[in-house]
Amino acid sequence: MALSEQDILAGLAEIVAEETGLDTAEVVGDKSFTDDLDIDSLSMMTIVTLAEEKFDVRIPDEDVKNLVTVGDAVSYITGAQS
Amino acid sequence: MTQMTISRGAEYSRILGLGAARGENLVMNDDVAGPIDSSDEWIRQRTGIVTRVRASAETSVIDLAERASRDAIAAAGIEASDIDTVILSTFTYPSVTPAGSPIVADRLGCGTAAAFDISAACAGYCYAIAQADALVRTGQSRIVLVIGAEKMSDFIDPTDRSISFLLGDGAGAIIIGASDTPAIGPTVWGSRSDGWPLIGMTSSWLEYRDGAEFPTLRQEGASVFKWASFDMPKVAKQAIEAAGLTPKDIQVFIPHQANMRIIDQMIKTIGLREDIVVGRDIAESGNTSAASIPLATERLMRDGQAKSGDLALQIGFGAGLVFAAQVIVLP
Repeated sequence: MALSEQDILAGLAEIVAEETGLDTAEVVGDKSFTDDLDIDSLSMMTIVTLAEEKFDVRIPDEDVKNLVTVGDAVSYITGAQS
Repeated sequence: MTQMTISRGAEYSRILGLGAARGENLVMNDDVAGPIDSSDEWIRQRTGIVTRVRASAETSVIDLAERASRDAIAAAGIEASDIDTVILSTFTYPSVTPAGSPIVADRLGCGTAAAFDISAACAGYCYAIAQADALVRTGQSRIVLVIGAEKMSDFIDPTDRSISFLLGDGAGAIIIGASDTPAIGPTVWGSRSDGWPLIGMTSSWLEYRDGAEFPTLRQEGASVFKWASFDMPKVAKQAIEAAGLTPKDIQVFIPHQANMRIIDQMIKTIGLREDIVVGRDIAESGNTSAASIPLATERLMRDGQAKSGDLALQIGFGAGLVFAAQVIVLP
């Protein structure tokens, strides 16, 4: 069964926290990965790969640049599930 | 009908000796940061590189290969004339033909040794070991000189933010011969051929002839990082399994020195033991492509972190995209 956006956000926040040391509470929808969370392109690739494994979706490299905010990633993963 | 005969070689092969040569000049992060609008801190955080070694204008990739080879020959306790095959792995030898290996063989005094170059970028050293191991075990060759040598600095653009600031110059060489016990495990190799656009040159020689800028290296860093960090550990695990071992049996991990963050991610993903000795020569030498694994090996052994007889996992990966991994016994 497809996960809700809330579940995906919670799962994604765990991944981001693990990779960056940030608190999961800081990983919310309108935060920019680069500008707000200070995540560089290499860490972003790690987060994307772990998200692919966790949510059983595929996120092609060329789509990663469109994932500007946490909310973008949650929407993308939600769409990719179905 | 009369049947031909075929050669049969040694049951096993091993590395008999190792040599290394690094570029003469230590290039600091501050020396390369300006043209890419960066800083020492950013480069360290992004790559783990503190310095890189680069050769002077007068030093050629063949010079580096020769220096490393002489050390390897001495370490193995053989004569250059004992070598019957020379394999040079490089993609920065700047002539299309002849290959670089006959020139190295001539300088060393390898007589009539077979000599050829292979182009497998940062996987080239492990590719060449696969070939040398097979040559010795089939009896096609008795003593093989394998060299990984690069003068990357001939193909960099100081304003390029994707790869140039990572690169260093150097050569590593080994002698491979017969062994009484298994000392070079099966090579797991291959390519992700749809990844060929991810690392390459800005133009071909013909485009350069017709007016394009001199070809320099470029990469799609984030995509390469993802491939290396998460797909290469699977290859590494296959190489361990192919040798009949488990990750916990591996004493030394010597991956291609592409980026310290790739190395750290690989250790985590493969599941190597906590006290594993890891080649981290990239911090001082930078990314030297086909030379990076033997250079990292040399540093570990010189520093006493790794010793003769240790079981080492090595994995090369790079432009192609191509990859190769094997477990070896350190010489």
